[in-house]
Amino acid sequence: MNYFLTEEQQMIKDLAAKIADEKIKPVALKYDEEGIFPRDIVKVLADSDLFGVYIPEEYGGFGGGIFEMALVVEELSRACGGIALAYAGTGLGTYPIILFGTEEQKAKYLPDIAQGKKLAAFGLTEANAGSDAAGIQTTAKADGDEYILNGTKQWITNGGEAEVYTVIACTDRSKGARGFSAFIVEKGTPGFSFGKKENKMGIRASVTSELVFEDCRIPRENLLAREGMGFLVAMKTLDRTRPGVASQALGIAQGAFDEALKYSGERVQFDKPISSFQAIQHMLADMAIQIEAARCLVYQTCRHIDGGAKSISKESAISKVFASDTAMKVTVDAVQVMGGYGYMKEYPVEKMMRDAKITQIYEGTNQIQRNVIALELIKSQKVSK
Amino acid sequence: MNVIVCVKQVPGTNEVKMNKETNTIIREGAEAIINPFDTYAVEEGVRIKEQTGGKATVISMGIPSVAELLRQTIAVGIDEAVLLSDRAFAGSDSLATSYALSKGINKIGDFDLVICGKQAMDGDTAQVGPGLAEKLGIPHTTYVRKIEEIRKGYIRCQRMTEDGYEVIEMPLPAVITVVKEINEPRLPSLKGMMKAKKAEIRIMTADDIGADKDLCGLKGSPTQVVETFVPVHDVNSEMIEGTPGEQVKRLAEKLLSMKFMTVK
Ligand SMILES: Cc1cc2nc3c(=O)[nH]c(=O)nc-3n(C[C@H](O)[C@H](O)[C@H](O)COP(=O)(O)OP(=O)(O)OC[C@H]3O[C@@H](n4cnc5c(N)ncnc54)[C@H](O)[C@@H]3O)c2cc1C
Repeated sequence: MNYFLTEEQQMIKDLAAKIADEKIKPVALKYDEEGIFPRDIVKVLADSDLFGVYIPEEYGGFGGGIFEMALVVEELSRACGGIALAYAGTGLGTYPIILFGTEEQKAKYLPDIAQGKKLAAFGLTEANAGSDAAGIQTTAKADGDEYILNGTKQWITNGGEAEVYTVIACTDRSKGARGFSAFIVEKGTPGFSFGKKENKMGIRASVTSELVFEDCRIPRENLLAREGMGFLVAMKTLDRTRPGVASQALGIAQGAFDEALKYSGERVQFDKPISSFQAIQHMLADMAIQIEAARCLVYQTCRHIDGGAKSISKESAISKVFASDTAMKVTVDAVQVMGGYGYMKEYPVEKMMRDAKITQIYEGTNQIQRNVIALELIKSQKVSK
Repeated sequence: MNVIVCVKQVPGTNEVKMNKETNTIIREGAEAIINPFDTYAVEEGVRIKEQTGGKATVISMGIPSVAELLRQTIAVGIDEAVLLSDRAFAGSDSLATSYALSKGINKIGDFDLVICGKQAMDGDTAQVGPGLAEKLGIPHTTYVRKIEEIRKGYIRCQRMTEDGYEVIEMPLPAVITVVKEINEPRLPSLKGMMKAKKAEIRIMTADDIGADKDLCGLKGSPTQVVETFVPVHDVNSEMIEGTPGEQVKRLAEKLLSMKFMTVK
């Protein structure tokens, strides 16, 4: 399908594809097996200027939007969803600054992120606050020109590798979610350390860590937006970046499909390539149908968001659910098409199946996304009555 | 330091089509790529420019569509691309190519170093680099795997040999041809690709570079290609199995029966 990308978008996609094929594919299985954070690939991405595609031009980026970011994530994920997350997780940590940062904050942080000199991360989740993000316990107490942070964030992508962290903490517990605020915390700030590094089922080249704050003092100017706006900062950010997860899912699905299709033409049983069996053909056709449908949805959602649409929660949730469910189904089928070989670690689809699972879980589980979608649907009914 | 890098367009596949009449490669139609060995020359040229300041220029002789290919070199850091393109150049052998490139390089002027790939993947002659140095009247070193030192008027480099390397010093300007061990070519950057898209590729004709047309193209090419063909590999091989003793016995019987060996 021709999506009529702009010349620049096509260039971005082609460049990301080249990096995926030439640099990521050769190391993907090893980095997964050994859980290696892809610092070398981050360097390649930095040199390629791709970290800047969604950052405004005045801060050293290319001035694109979520679509440009999604195109990169999709292509990188085709080769490795875990390695792609070093990039996508930086997007998640950076968007709060793009959306809510002051001039000074943007000028201070965005240029280095655009050049790939610094990675970013986003810290919301805690041990007792996952889907119910309003349950966070980390506190930030104003003290003169500073805030003092205390608490522990859990499962933070890029934790330890990133230099810039957007962290959500309570500034006023009595107000519930209305008492949350968002802060920029730099790695190296006294009182800020990294705890447990997780051992995961998939996306094993991505690092997932605890962020530990013990009387961590940060300057007042690191507050994003205003006190009390933290929950909004988080939700508005996630609304915008969910197509990023969707495109990660899309890339994983495409990667698995490519492998399965190629294999089906090479594997001979009963004196014929298995692609001559209708059962295999239909599986391949179904995979292709779902992937193309997911791509249409993800790309159009990105255009919807970048085009300045007012309401984006439902649309971004729909794209995330559909693409991640597609990735799960397609990767399971890719393993099936490849039989026992698909189950072996020598072939990449086993890893892709493990990698796909996370896309149904993080940045809001697919159940939570369906809640969001349903709520919007019901709201629209009430309005029209 | 100003560097000029010579690159050539070659067919991107292994199935090279030949023009039976002229015995030259049909370049139209086939997917075209930059000669892989030349990408190392481009990278080295860009690195020297980045380290010492100055300018890196690529030059190529070829059909007009090569201009598009040269944009790829701008995307990885080359400042300017020059294409020598003229009907008069058609059918050039390595001598005529060296001549035309030398005229083009003199026209560009003000250079310290010319870098070529060690050979082209299609013709495999490895003659153009040294030929070019002769035409330019400057020294050259082939198969360079590392530049140890380079400064105004001086280069010291390692020349790869079959069982090691030689260290060679030369005055500049000079020509070197490089092997793939010299570096790892970078991928393009987005900024580079944007620049490449807008870049103007300078196209120069035989007249523009003041070339004598009798020394260009088929006319200027003493090489006579009598015939070209794809060698046929139809050797039947037979694997002799068994223990080493059995294998020797069977092999000896075979050689005897084929009269390659006799028993005295
Ligand atoms: C590898 C990885 C990386 C991550 N990276 C980050 C990061 O960078 N930053 C960050 O802040 N967080 C991150 N997370 C956290 C992630 O966003 C949460 O795991 C996710 O939001 C779900 O929370 P939970 O795991 O606590 O599940 P729970 O909330 O405990 O959910 C358990 C199950 O209950 C269901 N459920 C819960 N509530 C409802 C409901 N109301 N209705 C229906 N079903 C419900 C869920 O769908 C799920 O199936 C990461 C997680 C992982 C695993």
